[in-house]
Amino acid sequence: MIGQSVPRLEDRPLLLGEGRFVADVTFPGTLHMRVVRSDVANGTIVEIDTSEAAEMDGVVAVFTGTDVVDLPLIDFRQIGYPDLIPHRQPVLAQGVVRYVGEPVAVVIAEDSYLAEDAAEMVFVDIATAEPETTEIMRLDSEYGQVDEAFANADHVISLELRIGRHTGVPMETRGLLAYPNPDTGVLELHGASKVPHYTHAAIASMLAIDPSLVVSREGHVGGGFGIRGELYPEDVVVAWAALRLDRPVKWIEDRREHLIAANHSRDQQHRIRAAVQVDGEIIAIDSEFWLDQGAYVRTHGATVPSLTAAMLPGPYVIPAYRSLGHICLSNKTPAGTYRAPGRYEATFVCERLIEAAARVTGLDSVAVRRRNLIPVSAMPFNRQLAALGTEIVLDSGDYPMLFDRLLNHIRIDELQQELAARRAAGEHVGLGLGLFVEKSGLGPYDDVRVTVREDGSVEVITGAASVGQGMETAIAQICADDLDMDYRDVEVVHGQTDRISRGMGAFASRVTVMAGSATRLGTDAIKDKARRIVADMVEANLDDVEYRNGRVGVRGQPDSQMSLAEIASASPDALAVDATFTSHHMTYPYGGHAAVVRVDIETGLVRIERYVVAYDVGRAINPMMINGQILGGAAQGIGGALLEEFHYDEMGNPLVTSFMDYLMPTAAETPNVEILVSEDAPSPLNPLGVKGAGEGGTNACGAALAAAIEEAIGQPGAITELPITPSRLRGLIAESSMVNKQEQDS
Amino acid sequence: MSSGRVPLTLSVNAEEYEIELEPRRTLADALRDNCGLTGTHLGCEQGVCGACTVLIEGEPVRSCLMFAVQAQGCEIQTVEGLAPDADTLHPLQEAFSAHHGLQCGFCTPGFLMLAAGVLEMRPDIGDDELREVLSSNLCRCTGYQTIIDAVSSVRDAG
Repeated sequence: MIGQSVPRLEDRPLLLGEGRFVADVTFPGTLHMRVVRSDVANGTIVEIDTSEAAEMDGVVAVFTGTDVVDLPLIDFRQIGYPDLIPHRQPVLAQGVVRYVGEPVAVVIAEDSYLAEDAAEMVFVDIATAEPETTEIMRLDSEYGQVDEAFANADHVISLELRIGRHTGVPMETRGLLAYPNPDTGVLELHGASKVPHYTHAAIASMLAIDPSLVVSREGHVGGGFGIRGELYPEDVVVAWAALRLDRPVKWIEDRREHLIAANHSRDQQHRIRAAVQVDGEIIAIDSEFWLDQGAYVRTHGATVPSLTAAMLPGPYVIPAYRSLGHICLSNKTPAGTYRAPGRYEATFVCERLIEAAARVTGLDSVAVRRRNLIPVSAMPFNRQLAALGTEIVLDSGDYPMLFDRLLNHIRIDELQQELAARRAAGEHVGLGLGLFVEKSGLGPYDDVRVTVREDGSVEVITGAASVGQGMETAIAQICADDLDMDYRDVEVVHGQTDRISRGMGAFASRVTVMAGSATRLGTDAIKDKARRIVADMVEANLDDVEYRNGRVGVRGQPDSQMSLAEIASASPDALAVDATFTSHHMTYPYGGHAAVVRVDIETGLVRIERYVVAYDVGRAINPMMINGQILGGAAQGIGGALLEEFHYDEMGNPLVTSFMDYLMPTAAETPNVEILVSEDAPSPLNPLGVKGAGEGGTNACGAALAAAIEEAIGQPGAITELPITPSRLRGLIAESSMVNKQEQDS
Repeated sequence: MSSGRVPLTLSVNAEEYEIELEPRRTLADALRDNCGLTGTHLGCEQGVCGACTVLIEGEPVRSCLMFAVQAQGCEIQTVEGLAPDADTLHPLQEAFSAHHGLQCGFCTPGFLMLAAGVLEMRPDIGDDELREVLSSNLCRCTGYQTIIDAVSSVRDAG
């Protein structure tokens, strides 16, 4: 069962239009909330006039910051530092606004159209100030003798690089429905996703109510990508208002709100130096980077910069390393994580450095990569850095072997000759590579409760969550594999905080690793328990009782065999276990991307002729779903490399507020991706050997495309910034032809 | 500000829905809120993402860009009407599952209706044109390849 591309359990309701996304849920008497947002990036609130809105028919309430002045700021879920604490966001603006889109008031009405009408009648007078950028914290990390290495280096190279501001943009916008259930007295949160247990506890804490009186009810979730499901200001207001009004309150944001108010990500500038030897060995890296956090520090705290710093050396040895990260506050939308957070940026930077090292030494970049890759003999490899509260110890991997597999797949020698011939014939084509290490399976724990029902079907309750990735199918496969049963007879329950007391949720490619491993421990315990029950029943020695092909019985006595259904019927409630998987280290999948592009130098359009992703996931539970993760991840990575970017004008006004401005790849821009999934290096850290598959498709897109494009335009080192939009590329091409023309003229 | 309600009959999936709504309500909202057909999703309300695609007189239409009153007298088909009966999926629904053409499933109804309309109008549509047509809708999970595979397989099966 493990390793089979079985169809997903999730599909049927979604295909029939029977999904239960938060907007689809309603209760009698549901009120609709519309958020009044700041249209100024930086300013002081002079007055909020709600009188006209409040008097409109159908308007139930209008709330401003003064109504929620007692609510605490939204706290960090991960990686908080004292320096960041003053910069947390209030649920509604308290006297000042710091970004366009910041919630300043909410209107709650009987109908969503009415709420929107009334929100337009709330007049907010703001004294406008110039946008500002200030540094609020530095993060430094270091190992090895950096200065000594630079002093002794054959070459020193330095680069300045920038990664644009983009984000996940799930197709379903954010939303929450808070329902004070009169029958149970419990506040139900429909639409809580990603970290349902955290959300229910955090909301209970902020509203100062007993956590047992708040329950998260996860329904279908229209894409996560890191951004959805974090605790946002609007969520807290919805819950607070529902209690205050004692009625269900529903908030579904529109796309403009999503683009200006949900977490942004990336947006880093890097200044990086490397000490390089003549043979291509990089003996030290000295890195400094600036992250534009936006207006507030949200739930992720310093997650992104800490991952950037810790993962930048990637799959390379790098004997000495220093990183100084600057977290800067600005008047843009606050930032958090987005698929491959910190690594998309770091891999772009590290692989730009590899290309530069190749140029300075006159070596091929393939040779430079080979020279620096961590050898298999060095595994497990302690990076001497930490992130997300864990030491970075690369648990297993044969990086050179996977690199060779990628190069063999693309037949690099022939491909390079072919591309050179095409360039000689006047085409602008190029090949780019990017190698990377990912991280996955963040602990510290996950629980499951596994119960065999009397009909033999199995229920697995987990504290993990679904963001649409297919976790029900993966968990069911893991369960069915161990119990020798049909995976379709496994029901996976997730995101229901009243069904299991704790849970970590779905982020950091952790669900298959953590909840999957807990499931395996759970099914092992079920088998053990079933054997004990049968041993007691037939009065046999436990050692003589075996679990085989879904049946339990005394070895060599076919008559004694019982199915799980028979055991469960004979001993109701006995076949139920709780299991916990604990892990203090992450597990590290790794891979490489290869891109072949053709550039139209007249328009700056980049056509991706070929895109290859090689990825070692330790062990593939469902290869079809892993391919799906890689394909979708690559589309997002390609979007970030070529198209997607949030721009602001000099007064901090967002210029990207719709899908007409935020250009996500469509079927026309997204190439078919060739995928090489390998299972060379099962993780030693969990009973399944799995590593997470969610982020490798995204990780190296910027790196590979940058290298491919600059080879195509014949300008090594020219690409220093993502995304490589047609206009930026046109600029580079124009500059270069100008230089060429001047050279010819002189 | 709020306008009066008007009575309206919508013909959706061969059923008549007698509803009453403000003339400013979009077809998407009417389908979802007045007819209870929540399979039609709203991803942008600006006509770009295509999650709200339905068939009107057999042609794919963005139901967020149309007022419900404009659909009076038209035959509307939504994702809820795609499967021929409770036990049988439409070939496109089967193919989306077989080819893993959906992950979170939010954009799926729009893609299914777009594909159903296109294959009805152009059963022999070529690969390049099919990709171009499918680029009308946005998906953030799949990278499109598996959606294209799914739709192509149904086209090829005739």
